[in-house]
Amino acid sequence: MTGAATATEPIRLLDAEGALVETDANAEWRELAAQLTTDDRLAMHGEMVRTRAFDIEAGHLQRQGKLGLWVPSLGQEGAQVGAAWAARDQDTLFPSYREHLLALHRGVEMRQIIDIFRGASHGGWSPLEVRGMRIYSLVIATHALHSTGYAMGIRLDGACGTGDEAVDEAVMAFYGDGAASQGDASEGLVFAASYEAPIVFFVQNNKWAISVPSSRQSRFPLHERARGFGLDAAWVDGNDPLASFAVTRRMLDAARQGRPGYVEADTYRMGAHTTSDDPTRYRTSDEEEAWRRRDPIARMAVHLRSLGVDDAALAAQEQEAAELAADMRRQTLAAGTAASDDIFDFVYAEPHPLMDEQRQALADFEAGFGSGS
Amino acid sequence: MSGQGAAAAQATTMPIAKALNSALREAMRADEKVLLMGEDIGPLGGVFRITEGLHAEFGGDRVLDTPLAESGIIGTAIGLAMRGYRPVIEIQFDGFVYPGFDQIVSQLAKMRARHRGAVSMPVVIRIPYGGHIGAVEHHQESPEAYFAHTAGLRVVSPSTANDAHWMLRQAIESDDPVVFLEPKAKYWTKGEVLPEPTAGLHDAVVARQGSDVTLIGHGAMVHVLLQAAEIAEAEGTSCEVVDLRSLSPIDWAPIIASAERTGRVVVAQEAPGHVSVGSEVAATIAERAFYSLEAPVLRVSGFDTPFPPAQLEAVYLPDADRVLDAVDRALAH
Ligand SMILES: Cc1ncc(C[n+]2csc(CCOP(=O)(O)OP(=O)(O)O)c2C)c(N)n1
Ligand SMILES: [Mg+2]
Repeated sequence: MTGAATATEPIRLLDAEGALVETDANAEWRELAAQLTTDDRLAMHGEMVRTRAFDIEAGHLQRQGKLGLWVPSLGQEGAQVGAAWAARDQDTLFPSYREHLLALHRGVEMRQIIDIFRGASHGGWSPLEVRGMRIYSLVIATHALHSTGYAMGIRLDGACGTGDEAVDEAVMAFYGDGAASQGDASEGLVFAASYEAPIVFFVQNNKWAISVPSSRQSRFPLHERARGFGLDAAWVDGNDPLASFAVTRRMLDAARQGRPGYVEADTYRMGAHTTSDDPTRYRTSDEEEAWRRRDPIARMAVHLRSLGVDDAALAAQEQEAAELAADMRRQTLAAGTAASDDIFDFVYAEPHPLMDEQRQALADFEAGFGSGS
Repeated sequence: MSGQGAAAAQATTMPIAKALNSALREAMRADEKVLLMGEDIGPLGGVFRITEGLHAEFGGDRVLDTPLAESGIIGTAIGLAMRGYRPVIEIQFDGFVYPGFDQIVSQLAKMRARHRGAVSMPVVIRIPYGGHIGAVEHHQESPEAYFAHTAGLRVVSPSTANDAHWMLRQAIESDDPVVFLEPKAKYWTKGEVLPEPTAGLHDAVVARQGSDVTLIGHGAMVHVLLQAAEIAEAEGTSCEVVDLRSLSPIDWAPIIASAERTGRVVVAQEAPGHVSVGSEVAATIAERAFYSLEAPVLRVSGFDTPFPPAQLEAVYLPDADRVLDAVDRALAH
C-alpha cells in the first residue's frame, strides 16, 4: 500500500519483457489497471509511438539547424502515458519541459511544442485553449509551487472533496530527480500537506539531472522523503505504463478527497539531457543498454500481442506516427518568425508608458530603414 | 483602475497602518477573490498589525497564515492567481523577501508574457520597507531597485495615509503584479483619508510647491524632503517636493515639468545610490530637461554598504541636513 514501510521493488504489473506480473502484492493495482480495455492499451501504445516519432524528428530538426535546442523524452513515455490516462478530464497538469506525451495527450499541437524550441514563443500554447495543460516551466521546480497554489484554489472553490470522482478536481505536478533537491520542491510538499491540497507530485526519477546521478540528489528514496512531509507516496516502475496508470489513478483519487500524494516513477532518460549534452562523458553504454532492454514501448507491444493485438495494428500506429512527424517537419520548415511587437504586447495587462514608448521607438527606428535610399 | 466602493462619506484622519487595514478590508468586502497571505497575519494581525481584525471578519480561508516560506508564499499565490484569485501577500520585513526572489522576478513578473497575455497575475506583494526604526539586521532595507528593474512588475510606495489607502485599493484592482513598499517608520503617522482617490496608482504628485530647487523622493523620504524644504524656506530658498509614489513605471511629466521650472534637482532615497531608482530619475532628467538645468542632478542616498547596525542608522540614512547640503551644492552652480 501507499503508506507501507520501505519497499525493495517498485510497483510493477509488466515485467521487463512485457509479461504480466501477478503477485499478491500487486493485486490491488492489477484490479485498477483492469479498468483499461485492450483498446485503451492499444491507444496508450499509440500515444507513446507518436511521441517517440515526434521526439526523434524534432532531434533531427535541431541537428539541421531548425531548432535552437531539443529536449528528448525518449524512455519516459511509459511513465507519462500512465499519468496521462490516470488524470481525469477535469484535472490540471503542470509540466516541466520534457512532458511531450502529456502535452500531446491533452491536445497541444506538435508545432506548438516546436515553437518553444525554435525560439518563436516562450510558452507555445495557451492553457486556456488546451484542456488542463499548463505551459512548460524551465526554472527547475518553480511550478511545484504554482501547481500547489492552484490546488489550494480548487480547495477554496469547493471543487474537490465532494466524494464524486467524476467532478472533484485535482492537480498533477511533473518534475525530476534533480528538481527534487530544489527548495521550491520541498516548499510545495509543505504547502500541499499543510492545506491538504488536491495534488499529486509525479516525479520521474530518470536517474540523471544532466550529468549528475540521482544518488547525488538523495541518499534516500525520494518517495520516502515525501512521506516525511506527510504525503501519501508510492514507488512505481515508470517503464510499465499499466503500473504508472494504476498507481497514479489511486493517488489522484485520494488527492481529490484531500490527501495529497507523491509518485516516484522509476524510469530512465534514454537520450541526452538535451541536444547540447554529451552523455558519453558521464555514463556508460552498458547502463544505457540495460535500460534499453526495458523500453516502455517494447514492453507495451509485447503485452498487447499477448492480448491478441496483431502486428498489423501496431504497424499501423508506427505508420501514422511517421506521417504525423513528417507533417510536423513540414510545418516547422514553413513556419514564420515572431512579430517584433510580441516583445511589448504581453508584458502588462494594463497600459504601461514604457511599453508604448519603446514599441513606438522601435517602429520609428525600423521605419527609418524602410524609407532609405 | 480607480478605486470605488465603500469609501467613507468624508475625510477621516487615521495613521497609515489603519489606512492600509481599511483598504484591505474594503477590497476583501468588494471582491471575494481577494485573499491575504503571509506570516503571522491571522489572529496576531501581522507583526505591524496591518491585518488586524481581518482574520476575525473573513476567516482562515481568506486570511491565510501560511507556512514560514517566502518562495512558497509567492509561488502558491501565483497558482492561486491562475485559479482566479487575487492574493495580497505580506512579506514580514524587507530583508526577508529574498527567499522569494525567483518566484517574484522570474515567475510572477514574466508569467503573463510567457503566456502571451492569456494569463494575468493580479498579485500584490506588500513589503514594510526602510529604516528609522532601530531594528536588528535585515529589518530596515530598501530593496526597490531589484523590483523596479524587473519588467512585468509594477512598484509603488505611498508616503501619506491617503495614498496608503487608495494606492493599495488601486494595486489590488490592478491585473498586474504590484510590489507595494510601505514606509514602516511612518505606519503610525496620521493623515486624512479622503472619500475618493485623487490620483492614479502611477501618478507622481507635487507635495509642496517651490521655485528654486526640486526635491524628489518616495515613501518615508518624502517626509525628510518636506522637512528640508521647510528649513530651506526659512533660509530663503524655495524648494518644490515631488513625491514619486510610483517607482515603476515612473510618471515623468510632473518631474520634468518641475525640473524645467527650477533648473536644479536633488533626488533622495534611503536605498544605496549605485544603480538605484534615483539614478534612473537623474539620468532621465538629464536626457529630457538638459537645456533647462542650471546644475547637475544630485543624488542623496544610503551608502553603498550593507545597512549598518542600528546605532549607525542615522549616519547611513539621508536626513534633512544631507539633503540641504545637496541643495547648497546645486545652488552653487
Ligand atoms: C533553477 C535551475 N537551475 C538549473 C537549471 C539548468 N537545468 C536544466 S534541466 C537540469 C537538470 C534537471 O534534472 P531533473 O530534475 O532530474 O530533470 P530531467 O532533466 O532529468 O528530466 C538543470 C540543472 C535550471 N533550468 N533551473
Ligand atoms: Mg532527472
